[in-house]
Parts: sequence; structure tokens; C-alpha cells
Amino acid sequence: MGAGVAAVGRVPPKSTSVEGGPAGRVASRPRKLTEPRLVRWLLTGLALGFLGLFLLLPLTAVFVEALRNGFGPYLDSVREPDAVAALKLTLLAAAFAVPANLIFGVAAGWAIAKFRFPGRTLLTTLIDLPFAVSPVISGMVFVLLFGRQGLLGSWAADHDLRIVFAVPGIVLATIFVSFPFVAREVIPVMEAAGTQEEEAARVLGAGGFQTFFRVTLPNIKWGVLYGAILCNARAMGEFGAVSVVSGKIRGETNTLPLHVEILYNEYMFQAAFAVASLLTLLAVVTLIVKTILERKLHS
Amino acid sequence: MKRSVLPGFKLTLGYTLAYLTVIVLIPLLTLPLKAASVPWEQFTATITDPRVIASYRLSIGASFVAACINAFFGLIVAWVLVRYSFPGRRIVDSLVDLPFALPTAVAGITLTTLCAPNGWVGQLLEPYGIKIAFTRVGVTIALIFIGLPFVVRTLQPVIEDLDVEIEEAATSLGATRLKVVTRVILPYLYPAWLTGFALSFARAVGEYGSVVFISGNMPMRTEISPLLIITKLEQFDYAGATAIAVVMLSISFAMLLIINALQGWTTRRVAG
Repeated sequence: MGAGVAAVGRVPPKSTSVEGGPAGRVASRPRKLTEPRLVRWLLTGLALGFLGLFLLLPLTAVFVEALRNGFGPYLDSVREPDAVAALKLTLLAAAFAVPANLIFGVAAGWAIAKFRFPGRTLLTTLIDLPFAVSPVISGMVFVLLFGRQGLLGSWAADHDLRIVFAVPGIVLATIFVSFPFVAREVIPVMEAAGTQEEEAARVLGAGGFQTFFRVTLPNIKWGVLYGAILCNARAMGEFGAVSVVSGKIRGETNTLPLHVEILYNEYMFQAAFAVASLLTLLAVVTLIVKTILERKLHS
Repeated sequence: MKRSVLPGFKLTLGYTLAYLTVIVLIPLLTLPLKAASVPWEQFTATITDPRVIASYRLSIGASFVAACINAFFGLIVAWVLVRYSFPGRRIVDSLVDLPFALPTAVAGITLTTLCAPNGWVGQLLEPYGIKIAFTRVGVTIALIFIGLPFVVRTLQPVIEDLDVEIEEAATSLGATRLKVVTRVILPYLYPAWLTGFALSFARAVGEYGSVVFISGNMPMRTEISPLLIITKLEQFDYAGATAIAVVMLSISFAMLLIINALQGWTTRRVAG
């Protein structure tokens, strides 16, 4: 219960019954307990064909389109001032969102995994809420809150604060959409680690922070990193929510995904794909780090 | 509450609740608050506008079709990844998460370029008069892409945990392989399979970035609900945008409840 919507990148509870991999891969199975060879080939072909068409083909297309006119134009599109400004804003938004959600995730993990209290399941469900909300609505609520007609709009205007259609709105929307990632990875890892080691440390006279940094953190570090890398990928790649709050002022409130959209809509396809290829590289790196971390988490 | 020797409960719970309230709950509460200030006639007029209804039907219909296709292929992919070995299996396994990691805007422009009449896929279908880009088929393709990992990732751990002894028992009692799969294995997978389907569907209903490029955004035909919200916001019609958003958010929360119930069912099935 309470796992909420979107099992995004959740570490699957891998089976431990057979050493060196999930239980009963075909090589280790008697013939009666698997499908006939022809069926196996057919299913493997279907699976690989589907993934090839829907994943590998788009992945390849990004780089082919980006390099359509060779390396020179590619580098020009990536180095162009508006692209650099967009890159800086994307990094800035992630630089706020990832640490903020990381601290929150660890605090929430400590409270939820190490203690039992009424409303604990509800709290876990509430943390997953941002996953259930359409990205467009995630951005829209900040416009409703801080926009000119918004509930806090006049307060913001009185204090000369520009929040929506400015950088603070982009940062807030980014924090919102990447909110659950660290918490939902850290909670199960902390639960699995239990409380005995911390209790022992406390009984032996360790202080609260000493216990956390010396005992808890080493146990959960891969889980924290796993959550942080997923949080970062979402923060840097968010489009819908940021699109609503940004106002899309070139060089000012444009993030990389928004810059891709503008270039594409202006029929500058090669430049759009060049910038998109940066985001695709980020995705590929995220997948590689994620795979490495999953192995560490299960060993 | 049981007393614990561990410190920091009040501090961490207090911080968790405060941060959750400021970042998530207060912003989300503005939506019903704003909706309450919209006159009822205006609210119902907005959500029963034919253009808005057409967008709901497209968002829900295309999401349903995409989730069905993902349920079918997701089962095969999960089965193949867990049960069979072939070269490159681990790379393929990692690649399944690509739609989670790839920004939706990138997916959107890439799928559009591939499916456009002069694209790699589009030009193969062009001679037969089949159009994908800027049609409902295109919308569905984008939604298949972004919902693809859910079914695979919810089924994988359950297939891994399948007890070999059950299959052995059925086989030794004389069941054919086909019977074992359809009568023993598939019923065991139903809860997780449905959960994956529901997750894929829920994600697709609210999706924006990967769809806006390939859909062509023709009112009444290929315009999705999230895009209508953005259009209303850009016209400063906040009341209209709020009305559409409230309906969408209600659908999302209903899905959240269903998914929670399904996950409870999965856990009980796997544990028992």
C-alpha cells in the first residue's frame, strides 16, 4: 500500500533464490519448464522488435539529425549564446531542486522508515502526489498562486517579487515535479536497513548526527545517489510544467527543453536536435549510472 | 507510538511535513480554491464545451489504446528479459527505462521527425496512404513511448519471484506448457499486469511534452486536454483552465486510488 502512482525507476525487489541472476533463466531450466524453442525465438523477436522500434530507433535518430550537417554546424548550434543561456538556467534549476529534494528525501526517510506513527501510510502516499499530477497542472498551480490574478499575486507585486514568468517560478516548478524521487528510493532502503545498528550506536554513546553520518549514511548512500540521479534527470528534462511558468523569454527564462521546442517550431531542425542531443546524452548517462547503482544496491 | 532510542523524530517529521506543505500541498490546494471562485454555470459550460469534450475523449481514448498495446508487449518484454538469455540482454534491460530518462520534448520532436511523411518510418507508410504524424495514431505512438517502462517494470519482479515448484507441480500433473502458462502463470501475474496497465494509462492521460509535437493540435481532432489548459492560460482565461484541470486532476486521483488498491492486491498475492 501507499506506493502511489508511477513506479518510476523503483528498484525492483530482485529475487535472491538463484545465485548470479534472477531465478530460473532458460539455461538452468529443464525443457518441460520452458517454452518450445520456436516460441522462445518468436517472443524474443517480438520483444526486441518492439523495443528496437520504440526505443533504439528514436535514440539513433536524435544523433543522426543532430549531425546531419556535420560537426561544425553541430558545435555552432550548441555554442550559440541562447543555447548556452538555456543550459545555464537548466543547471541552475537542477542545482536548487536536487539538493532541496535530497535533504527532504533523507529527512522523510528517517521519519517514515525508522519510526511508526499514525498517518504514516498517508504521508507516503502524499509524497508521491506530484507523480499523479499532469506536468501542465504542476506548472499551472504556480501561475494560479503567484500570477497577477493569483492568490498571492498582489503580495508578490507589493514586494516587487517576480515569480512566474521568471526564474523563481521555473525553480519552484522544477522542485515540484522532481519532489518524490529521492524520498521514494530512500524510504525502502532505510526500511530494509532496520534500526538495530543505529540503536547500538546510540547505546554505545554516539550522538544523533554522529549516528546518522557514521552508521545510517553508509548504509543508504547508494539509495540516496540513485534517487538523486533520477531527480536530476527529471529536473533537467522537465518540459510541461516549466513551459507554463516560464514565459519563454529567450536568453532569460528558457531552459534546454524549452529551447529545443522554440528551435523546432522555427524549423531549425538541425539546431533543435543538436540541443536535444545534449539532453539525450544526459539520459544515456543517467541510465548507465542507474544500472551501476542497481547492481551495487543488490549486492 | 512506541518509544524509540533513536533521536530526530520530531525534527525530521516536522521538516518533512513543512516542506511537503509548502512545495506540494499549498500549490495543489490553489486549484480547488480557484475552482470554487468560478461560477457554476461558467464551470459546467467550460467542461461541456464540445472542443473540451473532444480533448478528454482523445486524451483518455488514446491513453487507453496505448496502455493496451503496452500491456501486450510489456508482458512479452518482461517475460523475455527475465526468462530467456540472449546476447545484450543487460543493455536491453537498461534501455527499457529510456522513456523515464529522456526529456519528453526530445521524445516529442524525435517521434515527429521519424513519423513525418519524409521521416524514416513515415516514408515507408506514405505510399500506402498511411499517415501517423499529426493524426490520432501519432498521439497514440507518443503515449506508447512514454508509458512503455511501466508494465515491464511492474511485471519483472513478479515473474522473477514465480515459484518454480508451482510450474513443476502443474507439469508433473500432466498439464501442457500452454496450459501451465495460461492457467497457472498468467493468473498469478494479473494484479501486477493490471497495475502496470493502470500506471501506463495514468501517466499517458496527463502527458504533454511528447504529444504536442506529433499531434498537430487540430481542435476537435488531435488536441489533447493538457494543451487546451495551456491555450486557456495563454489567453489569461484562468477560470476555464482551472475547470479543465479540475476534471483532469479528479481522473488522476481516481487512478491513484485504483492503483493503490491494485498494488495492495499484488502484494497480498505475492506474499500469500
